[in-house]
Amino acid sequence: MSEFLQQLLNGLSLGAIYALIALGYTMVYGVLRFINFAHSDVFMVGAFIGYYLGKLVPEGTLWGGLLVLSGAMIGCALLGMFIERVVYRPLRHGPTLNVLITAIGVSLLLEYTGQIVFGAAPRTFPQIFPTANYHVGSLTISSNQVFVIGVAILLMIALQLIVFKTKIGTAMRAVSLNPKAAQLVGVNNNVVISFTFGLGSALAAAGGILYAMNYPSIDPLMGVMPGLKAFVAAILGGIGNIPGAALGGLLLGTVETFIGGSQFSTYKDAIAFAILIVILLFKPAGLLGKFTIEKV
Amino acid sequence: MPRPHLYLLATLACAFGLSHFSDRMDPYFLDVLTGVGINIILAVSLNLVNGYTGQFSLGHAGFMSVGAYMAAAVSVFLGPRLLGESGGTALQQGTLFLAALITGGCAAALAGLAVGVPSLRLKGDYLALVTLGFGEIIRVIFQNFEPLGGALGFNGIPAYTTIFWVLALVGLTVFVVTCLVNSTYGRGFLATHDDEIASEAVGLNTTRYKIVAFVIGAFFAGTAGGLYGHFKMTITPTGFDFTKSIEIVVMVILGGMGNTLGVILAAILLTLLPELLRPIAEYRMIIYSLMLIVLMLARPQGLFNFKFGKAKL
Repeated sequence: MSEFLQQLLNGLSLGAIYALIALGYTMVYGVLRFINFAHSDVFMVGAFIGYYLGKLVPEGTLWGGLLVLSGAMIGCALLGMFIERVVYRPLRHGPTLNVLITAIGVSLLLEYTGQIVFGAAPRTFPQIFPTANYHVGSLTISSNQVFVIGVAILLMIALQLIVFKTKIGTAMRAVSLNPKAAQLVGVNNNVVISFTFGLGSALAAAGGILYAMNYPSIDPLMGVMPGLKAFVAAILGGIGNIPGAALGGLLLGTVETFIGGSQFSTYKDAIAFAILIVILLFKPAGLLGKFTIEKV
Repeated sequence: MPRPHLYLLATLACAFGLSHFSDRMDPYFLDVLTGVGINIILAVSLNLVNGYTGQFSLGHAGFMSVGAYMAAAVSVFLGPRLLGESGGTALQQGTLFLAALITGGCAAALAGLAVGVPSLRLKGDYLALVTLGFGEIIRVIFQNFEPLGGALGFNGIPAYTTIFWVLALVGLTVFVVTCLVNSTYGRGFLATHDDEIASEAVGLNTTRYKIVAFVIGAFFAGTAGGLYGHFKMTITPTGFDFTKSIEIVVMVILGGMGNTLGVILAAILLTLLPELLRPIAEYRMIIYSLMLIVLMLARPQGLFNFKFGKAKL
């Protein structure tokens, strides 16, 4: 029983990170209807910004950690907006296939430029936040896990507030429903899309830092697997649906951790894709998504 | 391409001729030519899916690995039993190799069917991800499957691949894809690419077309994998990763999606370039990715698409 709870806790902290990344995918899909393949590499860049900023602030202090976290989030928000402005905007009305190919190109460019700039060898991520282990009964809870889950929940609440309580959030939902109609009623689509990219990328950066805190070995290809899994999480919950992305992330992280603890642990990486194929077969709109009829 | 069967005959004659003189040729040249041939098969077969049918598969290397492993399994496990200790005559070896290639192709086609049926009912973006995921699943499975060498790779594959087999299969692949696309049935692939909704409105089963294109593409990727395995004599699961898939995708896009001749030229170019540019090998993927972005922004119809003014994409 205690092992079950321990694994559940590990799974939830992994799932919280997947959820943060999945939110970025889902938001961009919501406004632009395309999969931002480069999102997983923005996540990687976030971890690396954290790595370099982490050297500037004293280790293991709360204010230092928060400074690193917000620095990485701002840096990645700028990066995401830059990518959108330079690469995706000229293609916005082009065929979806071209946008998809470009997104893959941006993703590879970030990964392999990262290998030249940061070096291909893995690096150890510094302990930016104070750490402690708590024992509750036979459970071992590390402060990192608590922190990961706490930050993820806070960011998700903040996101929910932005999307549903602010003016720009309303505009985001309007663009997502119908971009042309939104423009007619005075929404500046470019600003909204840019903002969406910034917001999603900031969440990815937060995910990157939290991931690096739990798995403190970072390299330029670290984003590929978590990124893919987060995307599966986004589809699992229903792409374009924000609570769905959170739910999908938590579910996927938990399932994967339990598989990792069983005798099938070597198949851990394959399970996410098996889930993806099953969900596409039986419920392509995702758990919380609504099936929409295609209109001509 | 008019009269594709003449091209096929010419390629076969060329293959016979070259294999006759291959003993006297520079082995390095033959190696490079084999690599070019395998890449042409991969690129032309992917072009059927990504170009003509307008889908986006990122798992071609996965199908290649299925074909490579299955073909290698046939010639390693069945070969000694059927041919005996001596290894058999050249004709027997040839027959066995042909059987191995067909087995590899069929296994890859089956995998293509299994992946295609769930994902092709949906839009292009999903297919890209599912095929990407499929490539990863296949790699994980082969890494854990000890009878085929596991993570260390599958060794001791007989070197059956000769320049004859490579050229013959290149000819066959180009022939099949060209004939298929130009046939009455094959117009459905182009229609699916041009406008899915309109094709459905005139009664085409677009899902079926997508699956057929996908399965045929996977079949040829599998045979290319078989050739590759019997050429390198050892295969590892990591040799067929995402990077390999991207390489094939870049060939298709550079050549111009839905343009077989351009794709062949691009495959030749992209196989020869790394040979020439060994000193900057570490920048290869950066160049590929920049090429993807710049091509999509500036010349989405591909570098070798010479139909100015009426570009199809």
